[in-house]
Amino acid sequence: MKLRSKDILGLDHLETDEINLILETAADMKKIVTSRMKKVNYLQGKTVITLFYENSTRTRVSFELAAKYMGAQAVNVSVSTSSVAKGETLIDTGKTLDVMGSDIIIIRHSMSGAPHLLAKNVEASVINAGDGMHEHPTQGLLDMFTMRETFGDLRGLKVAIIGDIYHSRVARSNIIGLTKMGAEVRINAPSTLMPPGIETLGARICPSIEETVEDCDVVMGLRVQLERQKKALFPSAYEYSRFFGMNPDNIKGAKKHALWMHPGPVNRGIEMTSSIIDGDASVINDQVTNGVAVRMALLYLLTGREE
Amino acid sequence: MRLLITHGTIVHADRIEKDMNIYIENGKVVMMGQNIEPEADQVIDAKGLYILPGLVDAHCHLRDPGFEYKEDIASGTRSAAKGGFTSVACMPNTNPVVDNVSVVNYIIEKAQKEAVVNVYPIGAITKGQEGHELAEMGSMKHAGIIAVSDDGKPVMSGAVMKKALIYAHQFGLPVISHCEDLDLADGGCMNEGVTSTIMGLRGIPSIAEDVMVSRELLLAKYTGIPIHLAHVSTKTSVELIRQAKERGVKVTAETCPHYFTLTEKACLGYNTLAKMNPPLRTDDDVKAIKEGLRDGTLDIIATDHAPHHNDEKNVEFEKALNGIVGFETALALTYTTLVDKGILSLSQMVEKLSTKPAQILGLDKGTVACGKDADLILVDFDNEYTIDVSGFASKSKNSPYDGYKVKGRVMATLVSGKAVYTHTAFKGL
Repeated sequence: MKLRSKDILGLDHLETDEINLILETAADMKKIVTSRMKKVNYLQGKTVITLFYENSTRTRVSFELAAKYMGAQAVNVSVSTSSVAKGETLIDTGKTLDVMGSDIIIIRHSMSGAPHLLAKNVEASVINAGDGMHEHPTQGLLDMFTMRETFGDLRGLKVAIIGDIYHSRVARSNIIGLTKMGAEVRINAPSTLMPPGIETLGARICPSIEETVEDCDVVMGLRVQLERQKKALFPSAYEYSRFFGMNPDNIKGAKKHALWMHPGPVNRGIEMTSSIIDGDASVINDQVTNGVAVRMALLYLLTGREE
Repeated sequence: MRLLITHGTIVHADRIEKDMNIYIENGKVVMMGQNIEPEADQVIDAKGLYILPGLVDAHCHLRDPGFEYKEDIASGTRSAAKGGFTSVACMPNTNPVVDNVSVVNYIIEKAQKEAVVNVYPIGAITKGQEGHELAEMGSMKHAGIIAVSDDGKPVMSGAVMKKALIYAHQFGLPVISHCEDLDLADGGCMNEGVTSTIMGLRGIPSIAEDVMVSRELLLAKYTGIPIHLAHVSTKTSVELIRQAKERGVKVTAETCPHYFTLTEKACLGYNTLAKMNPPLRTDDDVKAIKEGLRDGTLDIIATDHAPHHNDEKNVEFEKALNGIVGFETALALTYTTLVDKGILSLSQMVEKLSTKPAQILGLDKGTVACGKDADLILVDFDNEYTIDVSGFASKSKNSPYDGYKVKGRVMATLVSGKAVYTHTAFKGL
């Protein structure tokens, strides 16, 4: 089977069989990432462009390595050095990159829906590497891949997501993807960081960390976006860590084998104590490795759609 | 010039008269009756058509001066005429802002030369619409403004709004309030709720409107001076206005066709054509707006005609400008959604689109009566068609209604007895 759309804009429009295909392909790709000779020629002659309107280290490097491991030309366009700084519109920038022969454009943008606008206006495939507060589909996929590696199947898994749900595209993609794949998602956040109606996406809101993690297989912390603190959505980092941070005491109710995840970068001591981040059950570094594998799978599947 | 319109059904705000002839001389209605047949230079056969007083829009943006690439007085009034509007009141958020006599003069002089319908400028409440110092309302009134508003922006300071009400009242100028608490709106770009959460967009909560509606109602009560509330979009605002009216507060309120035909779901897929301020709300709000129109809580329907260039809409949702073109769809949307569905009678529709807005603005318009200006429209309400934005007379095409099936087509628009628009299929003229 093949992916149905030319673009990966969000998990909301991927069917379960497509998600399975991506995760299965990623398992093969992981073998390449973890081998000594990280080079295959699946993407030889293809051009992959990362167009990042927001700062990012891990996601951009992850995509770039994914493309390079498979032999593609990978070019980074960063905002400050491009004509974007001169006021060029997203559509014009996209069309310019498109006619230069891009096969895949990977976009990160602070505005929700920007990848959708780009996708409508270019021939190239578009991958959403995070748009505003909307979706971060490759993060959702790599998180699901990481869970599947341990548990084999996502059906029936109990997953807790704790933190700044309001601003989090990671939370939205995970809730949508996990719910689609049959997992049960519970969420917890300071009430000022809980977006209205989020439960319609399939997540259950829990009142405390203790209740959220109770009997869970996976617990995911979200980054507190301290840079958004201008809006004073919670009183202080101290108060956040005291009432909404995970520590060894308030997470005891999770299952013994529970995995601890975080999309990074972590604010140590605020969202989670270092003892959790660095503990045996933490798979935060596996998530990063798996990110490369999942992105290789997407690049492979998107370029293979037409053959 | 003597004109006779024959065999039409006249829809007044309070009654309907069938098979009527209307005799017009020098731009005024002189005689009306079933069998009158005075000699005329021209006869228009209105058999099978409805004759309505020309529609009066209390809220539009003609974008002139400053944004002529979106619309100007010539194109905007042609668009109005095509939609059946014979009088339009244009908001002052032009560039420069209508906050002084010279800009008022510019609009009035340009309208005399280029407009095909009556144009009535609205002046700003505050200088530069910045919400701080009162604009020169008295001088602008003498130059020709008919109301004041900072539309597009709220007057955030209650103290400034109180002064504005008192001062404008002395000059007989109605005050039109754009009700939005900017702190609560918090930079949002669509209604706050499930849909904004799904789309990952910052929401404007309905209380951003409701809080300000409450303030204006209290100010109107405290000062005893009437206030007009622009583009009401929420259920709670409708309830607040209803209660205030029951207690005798002098308030009038308007809504727009988009608030009773569309919900926030129209934004899905990052459809910037559905982006406006106030934002499209929920099913519950739409229901409440319809009920408010039915029971008279909402006095009038205005278009909030807000043309924008495609380049200002074909961008990221958050960047896209607010508003939709409205003149050419308002009557058909109102008829199809409200009259055809039995929520309003034809007469009530005429009241809300013509008679009452004229009253609120203090214009001697909005009626079909002897001695009055012959501002009339001929409408075929059985004419069913699909809205096609490419045919709009407006310079801009930013409408979410492209492809909508509606009923009710303006066949001819007369301003002071002169046909300023006729539909190509109209054979009566």
